[in-house]
Order: sequence, then structure tokens, then C-alpha cells
Amino acid sequence: MAERGSIATVGAFTLGAIRRLGQATLFLGQVLRHSGTSLTRPALTVREIYFAGALSLIIIMVSGLFVGMVLALQGYDTLQTYGSEEKLGVLVALSLVRELGPVVSALLFASRAGSAITAEIGLMKATEQIVAMDMMAVHPVARVVAPRFWGAVLSMPLLAALFSAMGIFGAYIVGVRLLGVDVGAFWAQMQAAVDFEQDILNGVIKSAVFGVGIAAVATFEGFDAPPTAEGVSRATTRTVVHSSLLVLALDLVLTGFMMRMWGE
Amino acid sequence: MNSRALEFWVGLFVLIGFASLLFLALKVGNLGVGGATTEYTVTALFNNIGGLKVRAPVRSAGVTVGRVTAVDFDTKGYQAKVTLNIDSTYQFPKDTSASILTTGVLGENYVGLEAGGDDAMLVSGDQITITQSAVVLEQVIGRFLYDKAQSPGGK
Repeated sequence: MAERGSIATVGAFTLGAIRRLGQATLFLGQVLRHSGTSLTRPALTVREIYFAGALSLIIIMVSGLFVGMVLALQGYDTLQTYGSEEKLGVLVALSLVRELGPVVSALLFASRAGSAITAEIGLMKATEQIVAMDMMAVHPVARVVAPRFWGAVLSMPLLAALFSAMGIFGAYIVGVRLLGVDVGAFWAQMQAAVDFEQDILNGVIKSAVFGVGIAAVATFEGFDAPPTAEGVSRATTRTVVHSSLLVLALDLVLTGFMMRMWGE
Repeated sequence: MNSRALEFWVGLFVLIGFASLLFLALKVGNLGVGGATTEYTVTALFNNIGGLKVRAPVRSAGVTVGRVTAVDFDTKGYQAKVTLNIDSTYQFPKDTSASILTTGVLGENYVGLEAGGDDAMLVSGDQITITQSAVVLEQVIGRFLYDKAQSPGGK
């Protein structure tokens, strides 16, 4: 009967995962239904944009700069063997705008802001603030969750754009200033290769979708966390792991769609 | 933190975010090029377009004057029909010739225009009749080997 037991464990795990996915989806629907308050009282959302977005500025700018610099060093090394160093701008701009900007900033955002959202909501639950709100006929999803959700969703595309811009600036410093790539070729080739709709707009769409994914995971984990110290700490870890995996999976799906849509 | 300072930081964040988007759109991307300018459309038939793709540049004397907007197969003459959008500020004579060229040895294909001597200018909907196909590297090598074998001194 040992086999029966282990098969049952697999079944219970699968059913548990499906149930959680369903709960998360229903929760997302609930957040969207109660989003009116975050629009009629924008001060609530602005406060969350400050915590999720404005406080993430430093980590996003510094990481973007360094990623761009490293891309320039690595790209220059390879391109040099083909005598086409002037394509460095194209390489860096396309990799940043299409992929690295949205994805890396989303991963950083999940660890920096997503975990904070989960921990905050989880602790509010543990200290019975959520219950207290419910008692006072204040809807906790409308008052606590929805502003955090929209703050994260609105911050994400701006952070991704900033990441890409800083990366290109970093590549300019390393490529043009340090390694001696021609400055005219660097920008002109980049402008000829990067398309506004195909590359930049798709990058923005990607980062907005990632923002929804991270915000949904973070708020759900926080709201669903067992109201104990251990429960909140586990929920925070789960937020980082699940939202990072979600970002990478969504990226594959979105890239597939976008390549087909724009493909020749 | 009072709400005024908070609003300041959020405002700064939003401004920086939109500034980077604008930077990406204008400095990194090609938005604004050909946005307000008017264009006219001409077509050209080629026997072989090689690796020419939509959005490839149209150049004359090395200057980009337009873009390839469509590549179709013409079933009447079994040729490739290439649609070119040319900036209206650049006018070309009716007997302008088009050829498919390559940037560098392994670079991308583009359409090169060589102005003719006609008094009448190309207008929208015209067809460029004098065309030269892409040089396909395999054919060139094949012909070279064939000639080498044919020549009396060849080994």
C-alpha cells in the first residue's frame, strides 16, 4: 500500500496547487472589482507608488548601469573578432529594450517591492489590523490591497524603461568613452535597428504584464499568509520564488506571441 | 514622512520614468523619423531579391531616402515585386534604376537607386523598370569555378 500512499501524495499536491491557483485568480478578480477606491482616493495609490516605485529607483538605476556596461564589454569582445564593433549599440539596445530591461527589472522589483508588499499585508493580518478594518466596515481589499496592486502595476513599466535607458547609457560610457567605438556609428546604427513599436512598445507591454503578475502574486500571498511569524516569512519567500518564475514564464509566452505577430 | 514630500518623490519618479521612455523612443528608437514627412510609393520588379526584407533602407549615393514597405511575389512574370516608400523631398527621374546591394560583405541587403537623365519625375504608383538583382554569393562562386574549369590554363 506504500505505492498507493505516494501516488496519493502526488495527487494531493496537484490538487492543492490547482486550488491555490484558483484562489489566486478569484482574489485577483476581487482586487479588480474593488479597485474603485484606489482611483477615487489617489493619495492611497500615490503612497504605494512611492514605496514600490520611487524607493526602487536606486537599485534599478545602478543595476541597469552595470548590466549595460557588462553587455558592452562582452559584446565588444565578440564583435571585435568580426570587425563590427560599431554594431555594439544595436546589440546592447536590442537586448536591453526587448528582454533584459523588462525581465531583470521585474526580477529586481519582485525581490525589492513584491516581498515588501507580502510582508506588510501579512503582518497587518497577523496583528489583526485586517480584521479590525472589516469590523469598521472598511473593505480591506479596497483599502489595503488594491492601492498596493495598482502602485506596483503602474511603477513597473517606468522602472523597466529606466533600467533600459541606464543600461544604454552604461554601454555608451564603456563602448564609446573607454573602448573607442565611434560615437556616430554607435547611435546611428542603434536608431536604424531599434523600432519604436516592435521593440520599445513591446518592452513596455511586457513590463506592464510582469507588473500585474508580480503585484497579483505579492498581494495574494500576503493576504493568504497564516497570521504567524513563520507564515509571513514563508509567504514572503514564496512571493519572490513564484513571481520570479511567473515573470520568466510570462516572458517566454509574450516573446513567442510578439515574434509571431511581428515576424515576417 | 509628510504627504508633500511623498508627492514630490513620486512626481520625481514618474518624471524620470517618462523621461527614460522618451529617451528610448527618440534617441534609441527611430520614432520621429518619417512621422510627419510625406512619401510616395513606387514598385520595382526583381529577378532575385536575395535577402531583402521589409523595412530595409532605400539609399541613393549612400543616403537613406526611403524604406522597403512590402515584398511580394508577382505570379505574372514570376518575379519579386518590391514596394518602396520614398521621402517626397527626394525626387527621382522616371528612368532611375534600382539594384539590390549589400552593406559590407555579410551585411544586410538594401535597395540602391541610381538616378537617370529623364526630365519627368517618378510619381506615386510608378514602376521602376531598370532593375538589377541581388548578387547571390553561391551563383558567383559557381560561375567562377565554371570559368576556371573552362579556361585553357585552368587546372
